[in-house]
Amino acid sequence: MMQSLEPQAGGFNFNNCSRNSVLESGLSELGFKPPTARKTGTTIAGVVYKDGVILGADTRATDDMVVADKNCMKIHYIAPKIYCCGAGVAADAEITTQIMASNVELHMLNTGRPPLVAMVTRQLKQMLFRYQGHVGSSLIVGGVDVTGPHLYSVYPHGSYDKLPFLTMGSGAAAAVSVFEDRFKPKMELEEAKQLVRDAIAAGIFCDLGSGSNVDLCVITEGGVDFLRGYDKPTEKGQRGGQYRYKPGTTPVLTKTVTPLTLDVVDESVQTMEST
Amino acid sequence: MAAAASMMPNFGQQISSKNDLVPDWTRQEVSTGTTIMAVEYDGGVVIGADSRTTTGAYIANRVTDKLTPIHDRIFCCRSGSAADTQAIADVVAYQLGFHSIELDEPPLVETAANLFRASCYRYREELMAGILVAGWDRRKGGQVYCVPIGGMLVRQPVSVGGSGSTYIYGFMDSNYKPGLSKDQCLELTAAALSLAMERDGSSGGVVRLASISEEGVERRVILGNQLPKFSTH
Repeated sequence: MMQSLEPQAGGFNFNNCSRNSVLESGLSELGFKPPTARKTGTTIAGVVYKDGVILGADTRATDDMVVADKNCMKIHYIAPKIYCCGAGVAADAEITTQIMASNVELHMLNTGRPPLVAMVTRQLKQMLFRYQGHVGSSLIVGGVDVTGPHLYSVYPHGSYDKLPFLTMGSGAAAAVSVFEDRFKPKMELEEAKQLVRDAIAAGIFCDLGSGSNVDLCVITEGGVDFLRGYDKPTEKGQRGGQYRYKPGTTPVLTKTVTPLTLDVVDESVQTMEST
Repeated sequence: MAAAASMMPNFGQQISSKNDLVPDWTRQEVSTGTTIMAVEYDGGVVIGADSRTTTGAYIANRVTDKLTPIHDRIFCCRSGSAADTQAIADVVAYQLGFHSIELDEPPLVETAANLFRASCYRYREELMAGILVAGWDRRKGGQVYCVPIGGMLVRQPVSVGGSGSTYIYGFMDSNYKPGLSKDQCLELTAAALSLAMERDGSSGGVVRLASISEEGVERRVILGNQLPKFSTH
């Protein structure tokens, strides 16, 4: 199998430019317009701050060209103080987190101990590695356990990273740029919430695949604050004025009435079936 | 897009995916396209790695730790697929820990290397993992074992790996001499990694170094602005 021996091709890939130009010229010949952008994807992010972890996500779920859910929940419960944001294939992310939640509950009962974020991450990555990337869920696991606040990202093929701030999904590049600019270790709560909100908003506005509202989940030693709909940056604004003018705004100077004489040329009746 | 795909002949590109507008890198496997290096000296080993993990053209983690402890005095340097190498390292760490408890003594570096080789060779078709195993044990002192893609095992006094290694074979061949001291090895490794990171797009970030000897493990990080500079502009 030659696949594993192929060298890694990195850098920018411009192969699609020639394909696009051929497609566009070919399509216009046949009378079709080139396809417009379709929205799919997600922006999820997480940050470790002074007292714990803040997870954030956008709320748009798409089904090819249509927004299937304008306000879906991408932050899933795993344990009382461990939550998980899911990107990638929606069904895979949902089911994977549910399986994890169930395993964690059993583990807690078996060991008599509250779960560690590292334990959740290990189970996740072992399961995803077993499926060799076919379970297409990218997850950000964040929570507080006896050892402190932790944040992990887990990729569909089963690799993980442990970092103080993370973004995933199609809007990850937009969101991580906000983090790279303004992240500081041990931020205060309000500052950290604003930062995560701004990162998700960057994904909502700058990524075609994300939209609607910002959900936040603040996890600390004391408990969880699930802020559903923390910010709604895409809400339609209030119209400032009116384009409707009152009758009489424009004075009438002259009035000419021209009746149009119309003759009936043809009359036909078509009965409709109505049951 | 579906109409277009049926009209035009297949260019051998992936027009098939319906989620074409999700960026390519979200669907690529995470790889540690990387530069790793390990050097033996009298009394121990020095290992080093860059810190870049990529998914396609996007850097997923710019401060990765590719020097993974397998046991108290045995480390591995990982290159290739991040998922594969993390999984293999976990398996070997478990096996080695179990073996060490059975023997009731610290394990040999050669044992660890053979455990890596066993997994990498058996599953060679499914895995993409290039690993350097390095450490210290009482029997043979500092040792470096190279387990490249395919599952070969060979001991070498100095070894480099990863996509960036191709750029520094010449530097390594001309600058390595047997009998270097620990500090000289650290300097050599830092210099070699900086050169590779300068030229290889898939390597970058910071340089992580570790020295392993009987006394223990010393780790350090060299940040981007502190890297040795070479004048080629």
